[in-house]
Amino acid sequence: MDDPLLSVRDLRTRFHTDEGTVRAVDGVTFDVAAGETVCLVGESGSGKTVACESITQLIPMPPGEIDGEVRFDGEDLAAKSPRELQDYRGGRIGHVFQNPMGALDPVYTVGDQVVEAIRLHRDVGKREARERAMDLLDRVGIGDVADRFDDYPHQFSGGMKQRVVVAMALACDPDLLIADEPTTALDVTIQAQVLRLLSDLQAERGMGLLFVTHDLGVVAEIADRVVVMYAGKIMETGDVFEVFETPSHPYTRALLDCLPGRGREQSTIGGSLPDPTDPPGGCRFHPRCPHAVSDCRGGDQPPFRAREGADHEISCVLYDDDHELPVDLAGARPEGP
Amino acid sequence: MTEPLLAVEDLRKHYPVRSGVLRRVTGHVKAVDGVGFALGEGETLGLVGESGCGKSTTATTVLGIEEPTGGSVRFDGRDVTDLSRDEVKAFRRRVGMIFQDPTTAFDPRMTVGESVAEPLEVHGIHDTHRQREIVADTLVRVGMSAADADRYPDAFSGGQKQRIALARALVTDPDVLVADEPVSALDVSVQAEILSLLEDLRADLGLSMLLISHDLGVVRQVCDRVAVMYLGEIVERGPTEALFADPQHPYTEALVDAIPEPDPRQRGGTLELTGDVPDPSNQPPGCSFHPRCPGVVPPEDLDIDQGTFRRVLDFRLAVESGDVSPADDADAARLRERHDLPATLDGDGAETALAGAIEDLLAGDSEAAVDRLEGAFATVCEEEDPALGETPPGHEAACHLHDPPAED
Repeated sequence: MDDPLLSVRDLRTRFHTDEGTVRAVDGVTFDVAAGETVCLVGESGSGKTVACESITQLIPMPPGEIDGEVRFDGEDLAAKSPRELQDYRGGRIGHVFQNPMGALDPVYTVGDQVVEAIRLHRDVGKREARERAMDLLDRVGIGDVADRFDDYPHQFSGGMKQRVVVAMALACDPDLLIADEPTTALDVTIQAQVLRLLSDLQAERGMGLLFVTHDLGVVAEIADRVVVMYAGKIMETGDVFEVFETPSHPYTRALLDCLPGRGREQSTIGGSLPDPTDPPGGCRFHPRCPHAVSDCRGGDQPPFRAREGADHEISCVLYDDDHELPVDLAGARPEGP
Repeated sequence: MTEPLLAVEDLRKHYPVRSGVLRRVTGHVKAVDGVGFALGEGETLGLVGESGCGKSTTATTVLGIEEPTGGSVRFDGRDVTDLSRDEVKAFRRRVGMIFQDPTTAFDPRMTVGESVAEPLEVHGIHDTHRQREIVADTLVRVGMSAADADRYPDAFSGGQKQRIALARALVTDPDVLVADEPVSALDVSVQAEILSLLEDLRADLGLSMLLISHDLGVVRQVCDRVAVMYLGEIVERGPTEALFADPQHPYTEALVDAIPEPDPRQRGGTLELTGDVPDPSNQPPGCSFHPRCPGVVPPEDLDIDQGTFRRVLDFRLAVESGDVSPADDADAARLRERHDLPATLDGDGAETALAGAIEDLLAGDSEAAVDRLEGAFATVCEEEDPALGETPPGHEAACHLHDPPAED
């Protein structure tokens, strides 16, 4: 098989703070192939955003420190100089962040901001950049581009601003788009429009898409593969259909069971996230896990085991040969009425 | 029937828009425009809608934090808008409120106990010993410990702060709790805890609750009845399960449809709304949802299907707002293609009008085009504002799709 577009191996990002060392990302491994959508899902504090930002080293260093291997299109990004990385950011790797209001400069017109994104990485004239910016804005669904090109961000609604931000991220035809909670600040009807736009653009351009979200509904809508994170570690990963139809890690199950409004009893997880400077040994989820056994408590993170015949791996001791799988983890998850 | 605990009728809150050197009033933002609902004892009512639809303004106006422009709010049989100062104070004691963001809800220099005790101070319980007792009781009730009263807010996580905010709202033992997006800033697992706490409190204390949220999942989880708002008006209200299972207003249908389901086999195929929420200072005439409505009603004399009519109407609205510049498209076929219009419309009248309008446009006479399109493609949805009417019993929607057939 060819190398994937992005390959992240044993990524570790630490922050040295006065309170101690925070292991925000602690040994994370995943791939994104061209044309594929991979969702990093987890709650706040799970390390999903830091994992994303570590790829192009958007982390302030110090206090941050990044270890591990990040290969993009065969090249080792970790070995690049800051100057070379600058070319990747916004060039072959586009970024979309959560808050479109914060990503746009209020004193420049949206058109100028897209033009700037283009000219930063491409040696093109003003006129050519302007034409390309018009095309991009049209493509992301800004109607009547000629009129709106010289408008300022405050004249755009939230959904429209997010479209402008997407247009900027696409300015240089990236091979990989990293989108960090791009729809979280938007209303559901606008969210549906932006998700549709991203998947259309991706299909059109064959981009890899790394999508970060805490919303399992959004994951089900767009992902090809899912990576479930908790407290800096991956708990479960696999094909989207496998993960949703046979969620296997107790944490993934718990997360699905606390979604509101599914017509069945909502359950809670109980307890709270571990202290990031002093995480528990063994499985990070064990203090809150309803199925925890003594083997969960010590040593390293449980090794990943593939579910038989499936593109699906779980980091949980209950899935090795020495343990009996609890009844309510075996088999598919019961459907609500 | 006995009177509901809280009855809101035709509530309006308009903000003046001023412009020019003289700051003359040039228009109004109708943030809330004729909202009515009733909240019974021990009942939970959900108020849902997209951002900017007026949900929060409804809450602050009901509570008297803002003066309503019109309408009435009756609490326990009394009109809240003409209470004396003391009576207002008594009303506020009986209604608690919590907000979206628990991290900014506390003074970081006050201990949790001092913050939670503040409403007691306002309402005349000055005995510190007594205050401590009540605060400790309330903290325990929301799942915190009495010892937490001596700690400072920054020692707590978002979910814990929301519990403390809840304690502060409940410390005066209110009858009604108004919760404005109480879980939107929290993670799903923490959301679940707060929602189940709210349900327990309602059962234990017999609280009535007005829950404001943009998240339909949250509303479905905890509410008995739901009211859906769009641009300052209620477009649909009914019992929660009926409203979700069989929405009667196209806007509700679109909202319900847009909730991403955690099931990858159900992806795509959603009913997608076009366009954004209109500017509330410049509301569309008639039903304010008609510019985005996928179910907009075609005129009776036209033999045209729903989807095609929606696209023709989009085209008409685009021409009217001057968004169609024929310079981009030299010929009729390209113009039609660009606006997703069929090569010919069914029905002679419709086709003649559309073709004529396109000719006018290409000839540069957009006024004539507007006239032609307006004449042929008018809809009842822009002419008349639909009133809330009962669809199935107990379930109401404001939509012309439920108008009785005119002449049959």
